[in-house]
Amino acid sequence: MMTGAAVMIRCLEAEGIRVLFGYPGAAICPFYDELPGSGLHHVLVRTEQNAAHAASGYARISGQVGVCVSTSGPGATNLLTGIASAYMDSIPLVIITGQVRSDLLGRDVFQEADITGAAEPFTKHSYIVHSAGDLPRIFREAFHIAGTGRPGPVLIDVPIDMQQRSIADFDEAKYHRPVDIIGYKPRTQGHPLQIRKALEALSTAKRPVLCAGGGVFSSKAQDALRAFVEQLQLPTVSTMMGIGALPSDHPLYLGMLGSHGCASANKAVRDADLILLAGARAGDRAMAAPGQLATRARIIHIDIDPAEIGKNLPVYVPIVGDLGTVLRQLCEGAHCQAPADWVHTVTDRRARHDSKPIPPAEGFVEPKTFLRELSLAMRPDGILCADVGQNQIWAANHVCVRQGRFLTSGGMGTMGYSIPCAIGAKSARPDLQVCAVCGDGSFQMSMMELATACAEGLGIKIAVLCNGHLGMVREMQDHLYGGRRSATSLTGDPDFVALAGAYGIRARRARSQQEALDALGEMWADDAPYLLACDIAPDYPSL
Amino acid sequence: MKYTLSVLVENQSGVLSKVSGLFSRRGFNIDSLAVGVTEDPTVSRMTIVVDGDAYLVEQVEKQLNKVIPVIKVKKLAQGEYVARMLSLIKVAVAPGARGEIMRISEVMGARIVDVTRTSMTMEFADTAERTETFETLLRPFGIREIVRTGTIAIEKGADATRKTN
Ligand SMILES: Cc1ncc(C[n+]2csc(CCOP(=O)(O)OP(=O)(O)O)c2C)c(N)n1
Repeated sequence: MMTGAAVMIRCLEAEGIRVLFGYPGAAICPFYDELPGSGLHHVLVRTEQNAAHAASGYARISGQVGVCVSTSGPGATNLLTGIASAYMDSIPLVIITGQVRSDLLGRDVFQEADITGAAEPFTKHSYIVHSAGDLPRIFREAFHIAGTGRPGPVLIDVPIDMQQRSIADFDEAKYHRPVDIIGYKPRTQGHPLQIRKALEALSTAKRPVLCAGGGVFSSKAQDALRAFVEQLQLPTVSTMMGIGALPSDHPLYLGMLGSHGCASANKAVRDADLILLAGARAGDRAMAAPGQLATRARIIHIDIDPAEIGKNLPVYVPIVGDLGTVLRQLCEGAHCQAPADWVHTVTDRRARHDSKPIPPAEGFVEPKTFLRELSLAMRPDGILCADVGQNQIWAANHVCVRQGRFLTSGGMGTMGYSIPCAIGAKSARPDLQVCAVCGDGSFQMSMMELATACAEGLGIKIAVLCNGHLGMVREMQDHLYGGRRSATSLTGDPDFVALAGAYGIRARRARSQQEALDALGEMWADDAPYLLACDIAPDYPSL
Repeated sequence: MKYTLSVLVENQSGVLSKVSGLFSRRGFNIDSLAVGVTEDPTVSRMTIVVDGDAYLVEQVEKQLNKVIPVIKVKKLAQGEYVARMLSLIKVAVAPGARGEIMRISEVMGARIVDVTRTSMTMEFADTAERTETFETLLRPFGIREIVRTGTIAIEKGADATRKTN
C-alpha cells in the first residue's frame, strides 16, 4: 500500500516528467511531502500564475506536457490567468490543485474554492478526485487529453484526504495501458478526398499563400512545413503564434500578418486567390475581416480541431488532422508549384520592405533594430520570449528566428508572461540561450520571478524596454482617445539595474543605441542571468 | 429555425454544467434541454432544442463534440423523429365549465390527473405545437399553473442512436 500522494508522484514519473512548477500550501502538503527523493525537480515560483506560465514555457520547448501545482483556494485561483493563457494558445498543461477534504466540499470551509468550476471555460477537461484509487486512471487520462488532439490545459483537483489515503501500490505496467475515452478520439490523418480537393485547388491557384499558425509547433511540423512550402514554392506568412514556423530569413517567408503585422504579409494575403491555413485559426488579430478574404480567395483550412474549421471564415476545403501528417500527405501528391511571377512579386515586396531604413531615435535605444541585433547575437537555436505591448509588436516584426523559437502569449495577450515563460523554457533546455523581452510595465508584473531564476541558477537574459509608460495603451489613447492620457504613465518605476543588483543579477542600463549594442556582448558572454534596461523614447510607435 | 440534437454523454457529475456553460459562453440559445439516463446506466442522453441558423447548429455540434464526456452528437433530421414534451396544466374551474374542459381534454388526448372543487389538472404529452394548441384552448378558463419538461426525441424506424454506432 502507498498514499495517494505517493501515487501522484509515481504517475508524474511514469509520464516522464522531470520538472514541475508550483507553490505549496496546506491542502497540497501531502503531495509536497512526497516530492523530496522523487525523480522530480520542483521549481518554487513566487506567485502561482507564474507556475502556469513557466509550465507553458517548459511545455513549448520540451514538447512535453507542462506541469504546475498549487494549493487550494487562493493558490488555485491565482493560477487562473495562467491556465486561460495556455488554453488560448493551445499549450498542453496538467494543473494539479490541492483541495479541502472531500467530505467538506461545498461547505465554504477555509481556502475552499470551486476551481474546476472557475476554470471550466478555459480547461480542455478537468477532474475532481472522489476516490483515491482513481488517481492513476485520472492522471493517465489527463496527460493523454492535455497532450493529444488540440493540446490544452487539464486540471486535476485533489482533496487532501485523497492524497493521504492508503491505496494499492502503483502499478507501472497497468498505468501504461492505452487510454480509452469513448468520447475522445482525435483524428490525425487527413481525409484522402479532401487531400485530393486541396491538391486540385493548389494546382490551379495563381496566387497561393500559406498562413502558418501555432499549430505548426503543436504538431512539431516545422520540418514538414518547410519541405512542403519549398516543394510548392509557397509564399508563407505567419500569425503571431506561428512566428518561427518557417525561419524568419527563409526566402519564402513574408512576415507576420494582421493588424500589427507587416505590409508585405498583409498585401500577399489580400491579393491571394488561395489561402492555406496551416494550424492557424484566423483569429481577429490576424484577420480582421476573414469573411471578405474568403470571397476573394479559396480557403484550405488544416486543423486538428474540427470546431476551428468554418468558425471564423467559410472554407473551400476543410482538412481535419494532425498538421505534420497532412502536410506530408499533401507533399506526396503535389506536382505543382506556385507561379514564379507571383512568388517574385511577393518576395520582392518583402525584400524591399525589409530594407526600408528604420529612423534612429536620438538619445534613446531604437527598439526595432536593437531587437533584431539582439536576436542575431543569440545562437541560431536561441529562444526569445516576448511579453505584451509595443515590445511584443517590435519583437514580432523584427527579431530573426532561425532554428530557435519565439514564445509569446498570443491569444490572451497576458502581460507578465515573458519572464516565467523564459524560466520554463530554460528549465526545459538549460543548454539553449533564452531571452525575455518586456516593457517596463510587463516586467513589473513578473519581476518577483528574478528570485526564481537566481535560486534555480537559470541564466535567462532579460531586456526591459523602458518607455516609462504602458506604451501600447498610451499609443491607443493618443490615436483613438484624442491624446487624453489616463493611467498610462509608469511614474514610480524603480531603478531596474539596482533592482537586478539586489538579486545579485548583473545588469546595465543603455541610454543610446550604441550602449545597447555594446551590452549584447556582455549579455551573451556567459550563462548567468543578465538584465539590460533600455531607454526607449516614450512616443516611439509600435509599427 | 429550431433544431433538435440528441446528445449521448457519460453519466458523470459535471457534464450538465459543462454543456450548459458552453451554451451560455458561446451565446447559443437553448430552447429546451432534457436529460435522463439511457438503457445503459453509464450513459445519459440530453435532448437539446436550439434556435438558430445552419452555421450556429454546426458550431453547437462541433463545440459539443469537444466536451470530453460527450460521446456522440446527432442532429435529428426534420420529420425523421418523434418528439414529445410533458406538461402538467392546472386550470380554474368555474361553475358549469367542468364538462367543457373534460371534452377538450378528451379530444386532445390529455389525462385528468387531479380534480378539486375549483380546479382541474391535466397531464398532456405531445409535440410542442399540439401543446400550444391545448393551452390556447384552455386559456379562456383561466390557467393557474403550467409545468413543462423539455422536449425529448427519438428517431423513427428500427435504428437506435448508441454510443458505438
Ligand atoms: C494582464 C494584462 N493587463 C492589462 C493588459 C492591457 N495592456 C496591453 S499592452 C499594455 C501596456 C504594456 O506596457 P509595457 O509592458 O510597459 O509595454 P510597452 O507597450 O510599453 O512596450 C497593457 C496595459 C494586458 N494585456 N494584460
